[in-house]
Amino acid sequence: METEKYLRMDKLPHIWCPGCGHGTILNSFIRAFTESDLDQDKTVVISGIGCSGRATGYLNFDTLHTTHGRAIAFATGVKMANPNLNVIVMTGDGDGTAIGGNHLIHAARRNIDLTVILFNNQIYGMTGGQFSPMTPPSDMATTAPYGNIDQNFDLAQLVEGAGGTFIARGATFDPRQLKRLYLAALKHKGFSFVESFSQCPVSYGRQNGSGDAVEMLKSQKKNTVDFKKWQQLSTEKKQLLYPLGILKEVDSPESEYTVRYKKIIAKANQEGAL
Amino acid sequence: MKTKIFKPEKRAVLLQGDQAVVEGALAAGVEFFAGYPITPASEIAEGFARELPKIGGKFLQMEDEIAGMAAVVGASLAGKKSITATSGPGFALKQENLGFATMVEAPLVVVNVQRVGPSTGLPTSPSQGDLMQTRWGRNGDQEIIALAPASVAESYELTIKAVNLSEKFRQPVVLLLDEVIGHLREKIYLNDSEEIEIINRKRPTADQDPKSYLPYQQTDDLIPPMADYGSGFKYHTSGLFHDQSGFPDGKKETAKLMQDRLHNKLHNNLEQIIFYQKDIRNDDRVAVLSYGSTARTAISAVNTGRKDNLKAGWFKLQTVWPFAEREVAKLAAQVETIIVPELNQGQLIREVERAVAGQARVLGINSYAGELIKPEAIRDLMEEVL
Repeated sequence: METEKYLRMDKLPHIWCPGCGHGTILNSFIRAFTESDLDQDKTVVISGIGCSGRATGYLNFDTLHTTHGRAIAFATGVKMANPNLNVIVMTGDGDGTAIGGNHLIHAARRNIDLTVILFNNQIYGMTGGQFSPMTPPSDMATTAPYGNIDQNFDLAQLVEGAGGTFIARGATFDPRQLKRLYLAALKHKGFSFVESFSQCPVSYGRQNGSGDAVEMLKSQKKNTVDFKKWQQLSTEKKQLLYPLGILKEVDSPESEYTVRYKKIIAKANQEGAL
Repeated sequence: MKTKIFKPEKRAVLLQGDQAVVEGALAAGVEFFAGYPITPASEIAEGFARELPKIGGKFLQMEDEIAGMAAVVGASLAGKKSITATSGPGFALKQENLGFATMVEAPLVVVNVQRVGPSTGLPTSPSQGDLMQTRWGRNGDQEIIALAPASVAESYELTIKAVNLSEKFRQPVVLLLDEVIGHLREKIYLNDSEEIEIINRKRPTADQDPKSYLPYQQTDDLIPPMADYGSGFKYHTSGLFHDQSGFPDGKKETAKLMQDRLHNKLHNNLEQIIFYQKDIRNDDRVAVLSYGSTARTAISAVNTGRKDNLKAGWFKLQTVWPFAEREVAKLAAQVETIIVPELNQGQLIREVERAVAGQARVLGINSYAGELIKPEAIRDLMEEVL
């Protein structure tokens, strides 16, 4: 299979639990990359810490498994040092929105050409089920034994407010849509962000009576709707469902950060410059 | 791999220590800076913001100190000589990713222009309070190289050395200035008519098959060749203990082998890493041992003392880590007393006492509230012990 060349087959099987959605995300990503015309040798995939962080070990690219929350900051350095590289970040909801939340909004603000895939399983899975900034209020977690009182982020709105130029949301119940979203994100010139709902039947599901992986996928489907349909809904109904699809796409390659920095280099080299 | 560059012109300039760091880094081939504004190191960021684009290099002002450190590690892995600069509070924030750089063996330089701590402390006053933070500020055992200039000229020279050492040993290097050295203005000669030695990291050879490339190979010199991201090697980099292939390996023997290699790649080559200057005469009975701005005070005290026939000499560390243990032990066999002036409550003196091991008396002079030590204070103590 053509897709196999993008996997480190000798590193499989992966460490993710039975029923985990992260493998579906990885699968959809590889299919998207296969359809893109990007050069495998010119692509760096960067992750942080947690279940999502392990994705880079299975991918056959230059891969960088960084510290907790910092993948986007490392990626910014890689991309600026060599703008010819395709730089992809794989992060989780704890990694990317709690400890790494600052880097997420600032990379979006710069509109630097990174593709960020955020695995959102609404929980800290690897450490055993503590609540994350994406755990909905009143859910149970090992660090919220009486129910969670924190509000969760609307990540798409957060990244949009910060200035991201490509924002999408998909879910593991529909891997074909995930693949389409990743492909579009890979092609986008600028900061692209795909929130990817993933199910965690072990660390999240067991505490919340969510059932097995199949039941959790069914719940995903029930709680989401295509973005175009979502736009037609009343304000009240909009709040009950998550829209899926490409939520924002601004085509302005000139506003991309490394492109703008190239202009700084030209300016600094003009006669009479500083 | 070494290349020599030749810069014929002799350029006299009046610079601050912070600015000399920028000049030194550019002379050494640095093309990437990422950091965050902080007193008294901001002039370094400002210098790179102005100069780097002129050579097609990159300057990034990041959202915080942590991101600045992360970005330089990323840039180093992408093949660029990279540097960041900060002061004590920012240095504390950089520690986790500095440990990561040590673990993945990313060459880079971190400049810390020290100010008085703890916490926000005295932002515009000098200190040597981060000596131990430099050595032990990260989780786990690990080595670090740290150089400490005592003048503007040394800020230039030791920055070049810091970049070279980082490239040679695939190892992050810390450059420890203090507020006085960072802000002091002195006339120095840049690109003097001597050749500057430039060291570039060892990369895989052209005939290296990417499939058999081992990014953490146990080579004879213990320094594995490093491939740039994007050059076709498709290798894995991780802060987990990893085997020679770079992939995580939870085996205890792998963790030991790797820690031993990280230690030995430096300790087998201390003569290439430890720099110092000294002026100790055969009949000197006291030595003043110091580094950074206190070395200026020490040398001044010794020179005036000698005019009055005091039997005193000085020993100035340019490399503070790894500590010059053998050299200090040798010094202890020569003199009766070693005086250690420091801008802290006594950090280097612990290392000195350990190396001296009772062979000589060791006395500290400490100033830790933002005041420089006066030469008279050292002179008085020298007279007292002689």
